[in-house]
Amino acid sequence: MRTNFLMLHTITRIVSFIVISFSVYLFFAGHNAPGGGFIGGLMMAGALILLYVSFDLTTIKKVLPFDYTFIIGLGLLIAILTGLNSMIFGDAFLTQYFDYYQIPFIGEVELTTALPFDLGIYLVVIAITLLTILTIAEDVS
Amino acid sequence: MSTLHFVALAPFIMAVLIPVFYFKFRKIHTGWFVLPLPLVLFIYLLTYIPAGGDPMNPVLNSVPWVPSLGIDFTVYLDGLSLLFSLLITGIGTLVVLYSIYYIANKNGEPLHNFYVYLLMFMGAMLGVVLSDNLIVLYVFWELTSLASSLLIAYWFHKEKSRYGALKSMLITVTGGFSMLAGFSFLYVLTGSFSIQEIIAAAGTISGEPLFITAMLLILVGAFTKSAQFPFHIWLPDAMEAPTPVSAYLHSATMVKAGLYLVARMTPVFGMLTEWFWILVIFGLTTLLWGSVSAVRQTDLKGLLAFSTISQLGLIMSLLGMSSAAMHYGAAGSEALYTTAALAAVFHLINHATFKGSLFMVVGIIDHETGTRDIRKLGGLMTIMPVTFTVSLIGLASMAGLPPFNGFLSKETFFTASLNVASMDILNLETLGFFIPVLAWTASVFTFVYCMIMFVRTFTGRFKPDNYEKHVHEAPAGLLVSPIILGGLVILFGMFPNLLAYTIIEPTMQSILPGLLNGGEQFYVNIYHWHGINAEIMMTIGVVFAGAAITLNLKKWQQTFFFNRERDPLNAVYDSMLDNLVTGSQIVTRAQMTGRLRDYMVYMSIFISALGLWTFFRYDSFAVDLGAQTPVPVYMYIITAVLLISTLALPFVTNRITNIVLIGVVGFVIALLFVVFRAPDLALTQLLVETVVVVLFLLVYRHLPEIKKESVKGWSKAVNAIVAASVGVFVILAGLSVHAMRSASDITPISDFFIENSYTLAGGKNMVNVILVDFRGLDTLLEVLVLGIAALWVVTLVKHRMKGDEDV
Repeated sequence: MRTNFLMLHTITRIVSFIVISFSVYLFFAGHNAPGGGFIGGLMMAGALILLYVSFDLTTIKKVLPFDYTFIIGLGLLIAILTGLNSMIFGDAFLTQYFDYYQIPFIGEVELTTALPFDLGIYLVVIAITLLTILTIAEDVS
Repeated sequence: MSTLHFVALAPFIMAVLIPVFYFKFRKIHTGWFVLPLPLVLFIYLLTYIPAGGDPMNPVLNSVPWVPSLGIDFTVYLDGLSLLFSLLITGIGTLVVLYSIYYIANKNGEPLHNFYVYLLMFMGAMLGVVLSDNLIVLYVFWELTSLASSLLIAYWFHKEKSRYGALKSMLITVTGGFSMLAGFSFLYVLTGSFSIQEIIAAAGTISGEPLFITAMLLILVGAFTKSAQFPFHIWLPDAMEAPTPVSAYLHSATMVKAGLYLVARMTPVFGMLTEWFWILVIFGLTTLLWGSVSAVRQTDLKGLLAFSTISQLGLIMSLLGMSSAAMHYGAAGSEALYTTAALAAVFHLINHATFKGSLFMVVGIIDHETGTRDIRKLGGLMTIMPVTFTVSLIGLASMAGLPPFNGFLSKETFFTASLNVASMDILNLETLGFFIPVLAWTASVFTFVYCMIMFVRTFTGRFKPDNYEKHVHEAPAGLLVSPIILGGLVILFGMFPNLLAYTIIEPTMQSILPGLLNGGEQFYVNIYHWHGINAEIMMTIGVVFAGAAITLNLKKWQQTFFFNRERDPLNAVYDSMLDNLVTGSQIVTRAQMTGRLRDYMVYMSIFISALGLWTFFRYDSFAVDLGAQTPVPVYMYIITAVLLISTLALPFVTNRITNIVLIGVVGFVIALLFVVFRAPDLALTQLLVETVVVVLFLLVYRHLPEIKKESVKGWSKAVNAIVAASVGVFVILAGLSVHAMRSASDITPISDFFIENSYTLAGGKNMVNVILVDFRGLDTLLEVLVLGIAALWVVTLVKHRMKGDEDV
């Protein structure tokens, strides 16, 4: 008998997008409310793992053709570069800056250099979680 | 930044561009792009030579690097630095030119590697001699070791190259490390890393017990680098490097870094009796050992390597002797006491010229005949006339024959040794006599190996069957550099005072600054004929004794001594290396059992022992059960669930139950975070638990059945004690911290974060602000560790060992 995962697949499709959106929200909210790169990254990883678990590895690999090893390096590079950025202005490594800007229609927005740093963390966390799990999952022996 | 900073940095900048030159202009030999750099630097440095016999005014220029630790990139150019910078860039130019013809631009020849390493060395060496700050000097010093090792291993497919590279690396870096310790002691004593400030403070710190330790440690660094006995064994094995490298690093410049350091430190340590005797004894031992060992070499480069060792010992002993002048103070600035310093500086220059040319000549012979074995060579005089002439000049100079520069410096060496032997300080009146004796004996052997190289290579009958290729004279390009150096040998031999006024006097000024008053300088006049005196008799004696030994060499070669070409000290090094490897294997196997349980035990023991010891040591146990908030009923329930699930864990034999119990523990802890109003932690904990569930699902099929293991009684007891002590420690620490907080008015660090997270970092979520801003570096390094761990998982799973490999 062919097993049918219709329910699982349908729900996963919806739920994973909700979780992914929530993860992005957590990432951006991080500076002033609970959240941040680490939690957001784990949440995103959880959502992607849900996809991998309910569908199968090969399908999702086609949908998400990411090289997670590369993303680890990319995330670290982003984090280090934001750190180096402050050295150009003569401050210590990883000094973060912030300021408030008026943007039309949105209102006052705080922009910080901590955000790209957090983005680096976010990417690394997603990538290491998935890389570890996928590597073990793909191990056939 | 001054121009002098760029003198040291320019080679590094050039090195970055090398790959572009190599890959974009594949047809042109990369060396041509490198060649202008040392030439320009050499010409620029020449402008610093003081004009018209004036004393040299040192140039000092500082750029802060790590100001909080007193580390500045300070360039300091005085006579000594200038001499070395000129040697590095001058010989560097000739070596690069020579290498263009020596290493052909064939397909697959990694020329870019060669020139990147060579430029890295050049910059590092210039950095060593130009920097006034000891830490900067140390960094450049280690870079020269690294570059040297990489250059030795340039043809890394050869086993011997790798062996030599490793050996030179291990020995020189160990010495460098010891030197760093010595520098740190000097910093402790003077509070400065600046050499000039240390020299100024030398008088006040010389009584400290650390002072002699610092001297010994620094000397280990200098001796390893300058291949002094018993550390010299790396130099003969370094001869596996391409010959331009041997000519440049391993005879003219890098091995003289130790001499530079000793000369530089003479004003600091020169007043110590130990300084004089250590330098003289080790220098003379090296001189004798090197020259005796050189005699029995069959490889021309090996012969030159031991000859270099011996000449380095000669200069080292001269530097030791020159420190004797400091005991006479300013009054004794007459030639009698300063001859040793003069001889050291003069011989250093001469050695660079004649040994550089000889190495290049040997390279030519190797290149054109395909062998460097003196048992095969012979009769090259007529076939390679130009090479022969240059060698003759170089060898005669090395043997100390007039009218070449080697004769002059050998004469001053004899004069210095006789002068020192006649002094009445430092116990010299009783022990001094052996200095000229040793000097003379070593010079005899020097003469002998020069004769061997000459006779065995160039005279005799030419046997074409010994060579794999057709032997002919080298192309002009290869000959230019040795001819220039040979020309300098003659020029400095004929007109030594060209050097005296321009560079020798300022250099002596930097070695012995204490003997001069402001504005004064040394007066040096070198000439050939001093009349019939002890020195000329010694030289004549050397020639006769050397000739006698050479003529009877056939008999000597039958002896046991002669048949051992390798230095016996190599056995010590080899066995040390072997024991290091086997020893570390034993240590690793003893602790790395491969069982997670053992590692947990190690960590638990360490943490609880360290913590408990600290608590006992500072008597910090405190229990204060007052000031408690009432505990709500649900907390008892949560804690009870946590306790029960934890206690149940060891008794469960079903793996699924096991996993579920661990999950319960995790989720209850997340609940605790919620209760204590830590939403970030609770969220993280929940997510981690979720991911862990997936991980467990994945690895579940790999896990073995839980078997009833027969654990020994004592092992169980140890585990129980370890587990209990961790628990006791955590509870005690928690109680004590609580008591301390209410007892004393310690402000917890969280107050700072609460107050400042919005004003300083613009964030209302304190946890996140700490993560990305206040403690951003921690976070960065943590994710770095996580990344490495993930890559390890990939390595372990995808490239796993099959079971028959060893660590």
